[in-house]
Amino acid sequence: MPKLTILIQAIVNGVLIGSVYGLIAIGLTIIFGVMRVINLIHGDLIMLGMYLAYWMVILVGGGEVLPLLIALPVFFLIGSITFKSLVSPVAKAGGEMGTLLITAGLSLAITNFVQLIWKADYRSIPAHLTSSAYSIAGVSASYSLIFAFITSAILVVAFSIFLMFTETGRAIRSTAQDPEAAMLMGVNIERMMLIAFGLGVALAGTAGVLLTPIFYVYPYVGFVYIVKAFVVVVLGGMGSIVGAALGGILLGVTEQLGTLFIAAGYKDAFGLILFVLVLLFKPSGLFGRSRL
Amino acid sequence: MESRKITLLSGIVALAILIAIPFFGPSKYVMHILILVLLNMLLGQSWNLLGGFTGQISFGHAAMYGIGAYTSTLLYLKLGLSPWIGMFLGGLLAAFYATLLGTITFRLRGPYFALSTLATAEVIRLIAQNWDTFTGGDDGLSIHFEIAPRVVEYFIILGIVIATVLVMHAISISRMGYYLSAIREDEDASRAIGIDATKFKVLTLTISAFFTGIGGSFFASYQLYFNPHVVLTVHTSMQMIFISIVGGMGTIIGPIIGAILLVPIAEIFRVVSPTANLLIYGLVIVVVMRFMPEGLVGIGKRLFKD
Amino acid sequence: MTDILLETQNLNKRFGGLKAVSKMDLVVHPGEILGLIGPNGAGKTTVFNLISGFLRPDSGLIYFQSEEITRVKAHEICRKGIARTFQLVKPFGKMTILKNIQVSALSKSDSVKKAELIALEILDFLNLSPLKEKIAGELPVGYLKLLEVAKALATKPKLLLLDEPIAGLNPSEVVRFMEVIRRIRELGITIFLVEHVMKAIMPLCDRVIVMHYGEKIAEGPPYEIAKDPKVIQAYLGVSYA
Repeated sequence: MPKLTILIQAIVNGVLIGSVYGLIAIGLTIIFGVMRVINLIHGDLIMLGMYLAYWMVILVGGGEVLPLLIALPVFFLIGSITFKSLVSPVAKAGGEMGTLLITAGLSLAITNFVQLIWKADYRSIPAHLTSSAYSIAGVSASYSLIFAFITSAILVVAFSIFLMFTETGRAIRSTAQDPEAAMLMGVNIERMMLIAFGLGVALAGTAGVLLTPIFYVYPYVGFVYIVKAFVVVVLGGMGSIVGAALGGILLGVTEQLGTLFIAAGYKDAFGLILFVLVLLFKPSGLFGRSRL
Repeated sequence: MESRKITLLSGIVALAILIAIPFFGPSKYVMHILILVLLNMLLGQSWNLLGGFTGQISFGHAAMYGIGAYTSTLLYLKLGLSPWIGMFLGGLLAAFYATLLGTITFRLRGPYFALSTLATAEVIRLIAQNWDTFTGGDDGLSIHFEIAPRVVEYFIILGIVIATVLVMHAISISRMGYYLSAIREDEDASRAIGIDATKFKVLTLTISAFFTGIGGSFFASYQLYFNPHVVLTVHTSMQMIFISIVGGMGTIIGPIIGAILLVPIAEIFRVVSPTANLLIYGLVIVVVMRFMPEGLVGIGKRLFKD
Repeated sequence: MTDILLETQNLNKRFGGLKAVSKMDLVVHPGEILGLIGPNGAGKTTVFNLISGFLRPDSGLIYFQSEEITRVKAHEICRKGIARTFQLVKPFGKMTILKNIQVSALSKSDSVKKAELIALEILDFLNLSPLKEKIAGELPVGYLKLLEVAKALATKPKLLLLDEPIAGLNPSEVVRFMEVIRRIRELGITIFLVEHVMKAIMPLCDRVIVMHYGEKIAEGPPYEIAKDPKVIQAYLGVSYA
């Protein structure tokens, strides 16, 4: 039985990193909730966000705040263009399977393009820029991790406020609940889907920026995160923001505890098994609606 | 009926050519490419039964492929069992895995099923990577001398492909074939007309897995070396999907054309840059899904209409 | 006491906090045309989904020809003799009309060939023969609604559940459809239909059940129902009594 501090450290790490998982999952779930599209490039967008932050820090210097501010609009734009040119037409023609396949192909293309230009090397921000940590009673957390947590929390709250209290936010929610009814009430559902997709992508890119100082950056890193994101979305319930946020933390903690008590090599397997189990026994997740 | 006769005739001609090729003394490299083409035809056909005919997209066929490869190789290395018998057992074990997977996950529809196939395939890969005492871990397994001359391997895979095509054809014109089309078009509507959709989805997955597993076993016995990154990754799965989509999902000739076209191209790129190869794969999928989801067969059909 | 073909006892179904169907007792007699009406959201399609096995009730029982079918799966229910259509049509879009009906006939046919013959007969019965080689996905909704019925008929049902068969049709199509329904009854098939267009229900149905907020609020011949104050209130929200 490990010492109490080690246990608490694991839980703290889990919560902090889980907040970013939650951010990623929220992006994914909003895209699914509004237009029933499973966005397989979500992970690669995270990867692109990571490279954005990486290159900015290496080439321009400075901290994370600038890449963060750039990431939000840039990725929103990327999301909108992708939606307009690829996702929307295929969703209309081929339905859920069509978008699944086209995003799969796009994912393959993006990761390999990045690998071609930046090589497969694992990169990370030089340690002297990221090693400062904050500690209390033997439990420590790096500044980057704390920054990630705080930023994620702010973004999640801001996003929730947007969805609940603004007119566009409400229009997006009604499109998610019942597109036909929303259309009858004058909502431009095509435009709402575009905005939702753009926002989801923006959240992914931003999460990538937050992850850069903490994890290695390499072309295929997106795959790892999108799998985690799906686990979280399914755990928390498709279309549920609260579920995604809490599910993210749950996954983060589960991973850390699993690594502590079982084996590190299987860390990613926990999430996967959890994923299948939840899909089987409670497909609506902890907070989601029962329509699947 | 005319087009059926044309298809039959061209099939026989193609078969004759394929059988005759080895007697013209082609180089080992050409034989290697032909074997890869046939292997990919097999994999494309098996995936297509589930994906194209029945409309269930699987991102986890690598698991069946890998199970086939590991089964026959381990049986050979540990028990001395002939790889040709091992191949059959590899197919069976893959089919068993599929039946298990299917019964558990077929409550899930469309994309959720696709994701759970991916998740379970990843678990299999992680097991293969971590259980190194049994599976050789990241280093994989190797067989230290050639199992059969290349020509023999060629005829074996050719025979398997012919058998697979015949099975696919038989299914497509049978009652089951109609049921699968209905399930693909609208699963709820198919239930409403008396089709036990779940049973047929699991059955199709099992048959598909059987042939994929055989493909994996063949690959292991032919290449004589493999590891989890070669047979169990999502890229392996994507390759099978790719062959079917580009050729034409839901047709028997689709994966055939897909394999013939794409394997040589992939081989060219593999030497130059495998990354560029995958990049092109991805772009082609995007282009095909955006502009011609019926694949090359669909384009062919449209051309012949006018 | 007349025969009972289908019976539900105390059927209940809720979705989250919403009670979609509540304490539903109903009876369908062989040979009749029974109507199920009520304002939107009353739970009518849910009743159909429960009977046809697409949903499981939370509690209650369903009997068909004296056999309990409460938890029987959808495809099994079809094989037992209950067929249904869907409110939002579900054609097999990439298949021809003929193939659509042929595959529907398959589960109760010995062979693909025999199923084709049945399909041709049904096409004839519904005057759809000229369209048999058309791709379903390319047809307008009027024909697709007929196709829904054709597919259901191909399964040789004793009881046919029609879910809003005439919604979305123009007046002449409505008239034609009502004629089709009558002719199906003449074949000996019992019909249970959901509609919320009163004008169609009246001349067609022998009996009508009215639902509101998941509960049965009235039952009887059409002319009685039309005058029932509870029914009027449900539709118009004001008491006209």
